Parts: sequence; structure tokens; C-alpha cells
Amino acid sequence: MKEFFNMGGYALYVWGSFGMTALCMIAEPILVRHRRKITLQRVSRLVRSKTAKQSTNSSGDM
Amino acid sequence: MKARQKRLIFILVGLAILGLATWLVFNALGNNMSYFYSPTEVVQKKAPENHVFRLGGMVVNDSVQRGKELTVRFAVTDTANVVNVEYTGILPDLFEEGQGVIAQGKLADSGIFVASEVLAKHDENYMPPEVADALKKAGMKPGGGKQ
Amino acid sequence: MSSNRINWFKYSSPATFYPLAGKLAPWFTAIAVILIMVGLYMGFFVAPTDYKQGEGYRIIFVHVPASWMSMFIYLVMAFWAAMGLVFNTRMSGMMVQSLAPTGAMFTFLALWTGAFWGKPMWGTWWVWDARLTSELILFFLYIGYIALHSSIDDNRRADRATAILVLVGVVNIPIIYYSVQWWNTLHQGASVSVKSGSSMASVMLISMLIMAFAFWAYTIAISLARVRSIILERERDKQWVSELPEIKQ
Repeated sequence: MKEFFNMGGYALYVWGSFGMTALCMIAEPILVRHRRKITLQRVSRLVRSKTAKQSTNSSGDM
Repeated sequence: MKARQKRLIFILVGLAILGLATWLVFNALGNNMSYFYSPTEVVQKKAPENHVFRLGGMVVNDSVQRGKELTVRFAVTDTANVVNVEYTGILPDLFEEGQGVIAQGKLADSGIFVASEVLAKHDENYMPPEVADALKKAGMKPGGGKQ
Repeated sequence: MSSNRINWFKYSSPATFYPLAGKLAPWFTAIAVILIMVGLYMGFFVAPTDYKQGEGYRIIFVHVPASWMSMFIYLVMAFWAAMGLVFNTRMSGMMVQSLAPTGAMFTFLALWTGAFWGKPMWGTWWVWDARLTSELILFFLYIGYIALHSSIDDNRRADRATAILVLVGVVNIPIIYYSVQWWNTLHQGASVSVKSGSSMASVMLISMLIMAFAFWAYTIAISLARVRSIILERERDKQWVSELPEIKQ
């Protein structure tokens, strides 16, 4: 087990590489998910305000 | 012809011109893109005089001599010519006779290359120790070539 | 026109590509996860130690796949950039947009893992040889694309301007690849090539290829997911967007 973490003396370099790779490939999907969430919120708000405007406009014809 | 076809031709011609321009630029830059000079180039006085440059090649077998403290002398070859190097400092782990090396420094009047930095250059072969040993016993080198 | 012909242009419409991307992304995510697990297992527990670099060589299992992806993604971006210029399709520009961040990430990883590999083996974190320098330039090209696109308000104009940038920069890809052949470099030559096969032990090679496919599947999954957000952002005024179930009325 200890040998595995030691990587023959190259621990800093091997884990420094795999660690950064893992970090990036975990962070990126999280960021993409977050972008979708924000986008859905923004577009929903936009659509809602548009339909609200339409209903106030049409309620103006009496 | 359709606008789309015109656009396609425009792009292809543009890329062709760009490729040509790039080829011309890199041809002009030529050896300046190379990271090091070979021993042959140094012997033929193609390396800069009185200026720091890099020498690259293979460490000649049985040429490594360790002197006082961290001083070491060795020879670098490209199989055609040899340059002697003197270096004071810690050598990289992969520094080894018969292996690639790149030294940065200046050529002294004596013809010895005094290095301020030595890097190990390794090849593109990867194999377990057993395979390497078997190759060695068969008189072959890892890249495929006689010892 | 025969009715058997597939109308590829159908998927060049954001409205049809959006649901398709949504259906495909989970599959590629699953493939990526499985391949990464298999690749990591093989890379750490099956592949033997290296005769010269010991356990340190295992960095190859992320460094080479990341480097390959950094170049391959750029080529795909260049393809879509050219398609966008020729066919004037919005979807092409959106594909370029969806790939760039992942391409930049893999380029960064290629440089980072390369530095962490170079320090113990070569004796230095960085050199300005042709291979490393051209890969760094690739990173700047990705960043340049992202910066230029976000600096232009009109998306169609941004697509066209950045398409030129991407296509001009594509000349860097063969430079990166052939640098180790054309010039004297510290970086060694290719261990794997179509022409000359491989100079790696089979198990090492297979593990590395599995990781390469894993990164490729990851890239597809991520860019399909990202393009959906890009489509929603750019097509937000369209009727079909307002009718999507995920848009809360």
C-alpha cells in the first residue's frame, strides 16, 4: 500500500499529474452542470416575462 | 457557382497560402528552431563562439570521470564527432553512459565544453526490466539495434 | 432526390440537435466512466514498471491522452469552423464554442503533466524546445478563441471572426506533431505512430489507448452537454425553446 503511494520515489510527480487531471475532469462537468442551471433559470425568467407582457397586452383590448 | 462553393474555395486557397507562408517562415528559421547543436556542428564551428549554446548527443561509454566534489567530465558524441564536457553540479537521475544528454554552456578555448546545466534526454521506448534485460543479453538495444 | 437519403441538414438545426445531444450525452458519459476505471486499473495494477523510468513513467497514461485530445479537439474545431464559414450554419459555430473549453483544459493538462514528468526524468520543469513551445502556443490559441468570441456581442459575427482565428491556427497542429522529427528537441520522438507501430510494451500501450478512448468519450459527453446550454442561450427567443419542459413557465 505504502509502495503504491510512493510510486518508486516519484510520488510527487505521479500524483501531482493524476491529481490535477482528476481535479480538472471533475471540475469541468460540475461547471457545465452549473452553466445549464443558470441558463435554464435565465431563459425561464425571460420566457415568463414575455408571456406576462403578452397577457397584459391582450388584456388591453376591450 | 453557388456562394457556398465560392466560400469553400476561398477557405481552401486561404489555407494553402497560409501553409506556404508558414513553410517559408520555418525554413528561414531553420536550425534556430532546434534546441541543441550536435557534436559535429560544434567541431565544424557551426555553434556560436563565446556564447552560451546547447550541445546534444549521447554520452560516450566509459567516458564519465567524477572529479573533486561535484565536478564530472564526460564525452558527448553523435557517432561522427565527439566533444568533451566538464560540469559541476548534480546530474539528473537518467544521466547515463550510452544515453542521450543535452548540456548548456560555453565552449572554452581548450575546446572543452563547460556546462552550466545538464539535462537527460531519453528515448521513446517503454518496456519492463525483464524485456530490457533480455534485449541486452541478445546484444540488442531497446530501440532495436546492436549494442 | 431519393426518399432514402438521410437529410443531414436536419441536425444542423439547433432545435433538432438539442434533443439528440441530450439523448447521446449520458451514453458517452457512461462509456467514459467505464473506460477511465478500466484504464486506471490497468495503468496502475496491470502495466509493469518501466526499465528506465520506474513507476514514474505511469504519467504517460494521462499525459499522452491529454496531448492527443488537445490536438484532436482543435482539428474538430477547425472542421466545424470551416463548415460554419462555408454553410453559414449556426450549429457549426456552436459546436466550436462547445469544444474550446475542453480543448483548453486538455492542453493545460498536457503541459502540466508534461512538466511534472520532465522534472524527474529530464531534470527540468520546462524547456523552450519546438514541441513544448508549440503546445504552449496551442493553449494560447484556445484562450484566444474563447476571449475573442466572448468579446464580440453578435454571435454570428463572433462565429465568423473566431472561425478565421481557428483556421489560421490549425497550421500549429502538424508543427506540434512533427516538431520532434523536424528539429532537434529535448522531447523524444513518438512512441506510437500509424507508420512505424509502437515502441511500447503491449500492456503499456493498451492501457494508454484505453485512457485515450476514455478521454475522447469524455470530450464528446462534455461538449454535447455544454452545447445544449449554448443552444438555449443563443436560441432563447425561439418558440421551441419556450415550449421545452425544462423551461418553467
